[in-house]
Amino acid sequence: MVNGILDYLWLVPALPLLGVVLNGAIALFAERPLLLAEAARGDGGHGTSPHGASSHGADTHGGHGDSHAPAAYRKLVAFIGPAVVAGAFLVSLLSVLALAARAPHDRLFVQVLFPWIQAGGFSAPAALQLDPLSSVMILVVTGVGFLIHVYSVGYMSHEKAVARYFVYLNLFTFAMLTLVLGDNYLLMFVGWEGVGLCSYLLIGFWYEKKSASDAGKKAFIVNRIGDFGFLLGMFLLFWTFGTLSYTEVFAKVPLLSANGTLTTGIATAITLLLFLGATGKSAQIPLYVWLPDAMEGPTPVSALIHAATMVTAGVYMVARSNALFLLSPVSMAVVAVVGAATAIFSATIGITQNDIKRVLAYSTVSQLGYMFLACGVGAFTAGIFHLMTHAFFKALLFLGSGSVIHALSGEQDMRKMGGLKKYLPITFATMFVATLAIAGIPGLSGFFSKDEILWQAFSSPHGSVLLWAIGALAAGITAFYMFRLVFLTFFGASRMEPQVEKHVHESPFSMTVPLMLLAVLSIVGGWIGMPALIGDLFHLPNHFEAWLAPVFGHGAEGAAHGAEHAPVALEWGLMAASVAVALCGIALAYALYRVRTDTPKKIADSVPGLYDWVSHKYYVDEIYDLFIVRRIVNGSIWLWQAFDAAFIDGAVNGIAATVRGAGDRLRRVQTGVVGGYAFSLLLGAIVIVGYFLAR
Amino acid sequence: MTGIPAMLSSNLLSVLIFFPLAGALLLFFLPRENPRLIRNATFLVTLAEFFLSLPVALNFDGATAAMQFVSRAPWIPAYGIEYSVGVDGISLWLVMLTTFLMPIAILSTYAAVEKHVKEFMIFMLVLEVGMVGVFLAVDLFLFYIFWELVLIPMYFLIGVWGGERRIYAAIKFFLYTFAGSVLMLVAIIALYFHHHQVTGVYSTDLLRLYAIDIPVKLQFWMFAAFALAFAFKVPMFPFHTWLPDAHVEAPTSGSVILAAVLLKMGTYGFLRFAMPLFPVAAYDLMPVVGGLAVIGIIYGALVAMVQKDMKKLVAYSSVSHLGFVMLGLFAFNLQGIEGGILQMINHGVSTGALFLIVGIIYERRHTRLISEFGGLSKVLPLYAAVFMIVTLSSIGLPGMNGFVGEFLIMLGAFKTSRVLTVFAASGVILAAVYMLWMFQRVMFGKVTNEKNLRLPDLNAREVAYLLPLLVMIFWIGVYPQTFLRKMDASVKAVVVRMETKRQAALAARPAGEPLLARYFDVRK
Repeated sequence: MVNGILDYLWLVPALPLLGVVLNGAIALFAERPLLLAEAARGDGGHGTSPHGASSHGADTHGGHGDSHAPAAYRKLVAFIGPAVVAGAFLVSLLSVLALAARAPHDRLFVQVLFPWIQAGGFSAPAALQLDPLSSVMILVVTGVGFLIHVYSVGYMSHEKAVARYFVYLNLFTFAMLTLVLGDNYLLMFVGWEGVGLCSYLLIGFWYEKKSASDAGKKAFIVNRIGDFGFLLGMFLLFWTFGTLSYTEVFAKVPLLSANGTLTTGIATAITLLLFLGATGKSAQIPLYVWLPDAMEGPTPVSALIHAATMVTAGVYMVARSNALFLLSPVSMAVVAVVGAATAIFSATIGITQNDIKRVLAYSTVSQLGYMFLACGVGAFTAGIFHLMTHAFFKALLFLGSGSVIHALSGEQDMRKMGGLKKYLPITFATMFVATLAIAGIPGLSGFFSKDEILWQAFSSPHGSVLLWAIGALAAGITAFYMFRLVFLTFFGASRMEPQVEKHVHESPFSMTVPLMLLAVLSIVGGWIGMPALIGDLFHLPNHFEAWLAPVFGHGAEGAAHGAEHAPVALEWGLMAASVAVALCGIALAYALYRVRTDTPKKIADSVPGLYDWVSHKYYVDEIYDLFIVRRIVNGSIWLWQAFDAAFIDGAVNGIAATVRGAGDRLRRVQTGVVGGYAFSLLLGAIVIVGYFLAR
Repeated sequence: MTGIPAMLSSNLLSVLIFFPLAGALLLFFLPRENPRLIRNATFLVTLAEFFLSLPVALNFDGATAAMQFVSRAPWIPAYGIEYSVGVDGISLWLVMLTTFLMPIAILSTYAAVEKHVKEFMIFMLVLEVGMVGVFLAVDLFLFYIFWELVLIPMYFLIGVWGGERRIYAAIKFFLYTFAGSVLMLVAIIALYFHHHQVTGVYSTDLLRLYAIDIPVKLQFWMFAAFALAFAFKVPMFPFHTWLPDAHVEAPTSGSVILAAVLLKMGTYGFLRFAMPLFPVAAYDLMPVVGGLAVIGIIYGALVAMVQKDMKKLVAYSSVSHLGFVMLGLFAFNLQGIEGGILQMINHGVSTGALFLIVGIIYERRHTRLISEFGGLSKVLPLYAAVFMIVTLSSIGLPGMNGFVGEFLIMLGAFKTSRVLTVFAASGVILAAVYMLWMFQRVMFGKVTNEKNLRLPDLNAREVAYLLPLLVMIFWIGVYPQTFLRKMDASVKAVVVRMETKRQAALAARPAGEPLLARYFDVRK
């Protein structure tokens, strides 16, 4: 083996796929008969309904516990599911270490598995590419993914279709790894659609619930609108570059720009089309609407797919395509503006939500906006850095909320929580760490990545004061709504229903250990990417930036130059300002939700119109429904009944009727001798042909 | 063609065509009181036919564009008509699709067809003769014979074993196709005379006809005649209204074959005859054909979306899918055409499977109304899994067959017409809408209808005929090279032949000549 562990890179996606196969077999042959037997007995009604499954069972072991003697296959599933991801993590880690041992310019490894699609000059192999960027991604996906798989074992321990659950979760991991490891755009698209499918399946996991299957369908379709852009972007890319392979496309950029094939207009078209795909997958304006609804899925799914990994695929795609985006100032500006607008827009919605998971969902949309803001100002490293730190603290927040929901028998409304910190000490402590991180408190991971983004938004040639101001304001709002969440959930007097309160308990180790590990990562995860300003104080170089330099080298340059020329005092000043804004947000949350708890309602009542508008998510869903969905459906009904059935078919039947009428009169010609008909047919044909030839 | 005896090699295709006919003759002598025996015999005949066709695929040489396994014999020498069959990269997989699907279709009738089993099976086998013949015929006259032969058994399959409005549907199907056939016959005869005029020889040999140059004005009319015949069959918008009726009324196995193979006779006809014989007209009419194809993609999807009957929904989705195939063919490049051919196969597999899936639920409930169902996933988990996979295949999820075809089609079409491709790509969104919406209404939610509570899940026979389709879905999706590799040379030959002829015609044409003036006497 020439490349050592790297020759086994294929194991990274293959191991989760193995999990799909094994758990799939278990689901098919062990779980299905059991579930069917149960359904036939008619007692399956509450088994697969959402919180009856995940949480109810948790507290009422005695309730229907007798039927819950864990079958051997359940233990096997609970082992296979996380184990294959652990294996993938291990191989990833070793591979990345092997890559790191190489010289920086040599950190690119491509493994061709087999030719996938070839037609004419088009060729797309199934090939994996490990470089610094995909290294970060696979470590996040398998690392955080593994913790969430472990957590799922506890969280889903009372779910009947546990094998099906782990099939989907493993399949997701496989698809996500394909997305980030593929060496060309088409393979990225394969993973892209694959994660979308798993998202659909997992959002609608409790398919008996209409809101869940609606949400799954919505996620899939909204994402397809994005895919429409991705596809067209790929077509334009191929016919411009003659290839979809990353290395070949990026290598050709200088040449094709020089010879005029790749104009700014084409670069703009390609990148905007690709970015449309990104807005779908990463839930940005205008396609963000599916993500809040996606909270219908089990909470570990929200953590893994709808916070830590899948939704960041758009950021990965833009960062991966940095060489193309940088060619088009228009596209860069669009990315930055969409990111900034989404960041603040969804942060404001986050303030008004009472469902704990919905707050986190809007928070995710908002944080993804930050990542795009970073990419849009050319700070791709900062975007990926925030992607990573966000994966740690947002996964933690979701898993923590899952622990709360689990403890409260499925309650998600924060108005019915309160005072939980004494019941759920570990959950509280870890979630509090994550909240500090997302709020941007100095020293924690979120601080470094967010501060880097804000600084670049200000100082980069693509940036502006306005972008910085929006970002800083959104940071303040973030701190506010996150502390609102913490105060409402963990502090104050209990507002729980009595029967819920009786059963409150801290979650099992399988759930709390991942929380604790993620809490550690939420603190230290940012230390590898400290800005020079702070890093120099501790003699800590910015490892993260150096690591990604081979990918973003020319991309980050512009941003870095800006930084060099800016006075140090200004950088310190902006940092202080953003921290101050965050502290203000926290102080405000404290004032409103700890000190004068009746004030929020008064404020809401004093501006009923505004509050109503924001709390109903600006009525965007309703607008989409009214102006797009309904019109298409009604238009289609008209097409079918008025156009297809009445007009076209009417014409067809009309012609038939006319012919029949004429036929009645011509009946005498009909002799019933088949040969006669054939003769006439032939004769007629010859006459017509003769006419044309004779002309 | 190594590995099999020369004797077999030269007669293999003829055996393929007429073996089902022998099977049909055999059925005549089987007692009609024993439907079980008749079913099993038919199944074995179609299965044997499939195994007979395997050597064709295995020994097919993908490096050459020439017709392979050629077999020819004088038939009506006085008129220069030959019995001439052969297979190339364009027809290979369509033949294989036919022989592959026949045993599956037969298996699906075991519980569904109970009256006149003997006649039903005889018609099915005769149908196979026609279908295999259509794809293998290299002589235009022979092609026409098989083309018309297909019509008769299908007419009876719908008209006798169909649903309530079966007579209306059968006649509509027959008249539509027949009207097209007559036009085509006229064009064939014209072509025949023209060939004589140019070369002094009477012939309907396709390869000879490819070689001659046809004046562009004549090309226009001949293309129009062929194209109409094929467009009726595909069916292209706005000639599609026979399809939903035929599908809804046809028995499940009839729908499977109708969708999977008969519609492909239309698209195959375009690629085999209309395009390479009349390339200049084909190029010039691309905006019309491509435009109708894209209208079909969107229109079919929108109308499918609001259907209440599952089968009708699948039927309209076929209009949409076949629109993609046509768009790919009229991209006139390798990506588009190879994608188009692959999509013909994909549609056969996926839509065939969808009709089987709808048929399975129909056999249990005797209704196909979406509103009658809901929550079936709970009672039919295995059925749900299969249905989900086929649904995803139909909406073109990567890793499954549909994606490879649609991707290549749109990739190729993008080069030829960006505007059309942008609209076509919206079909990708709509496909997800109508399929997932149907799936949700049928499979998700709680079981609200008492009648659905005790439905049995898939039985062994149903699993047996669905499993091969699932295998194909993933095979084509993960390793399409098996299929693309063998069509490459033949498609390239078509593309080159068309391009050469077009360039020649363009060179002979006065500069700045308006398009209409090529075909009509535009008087000032």
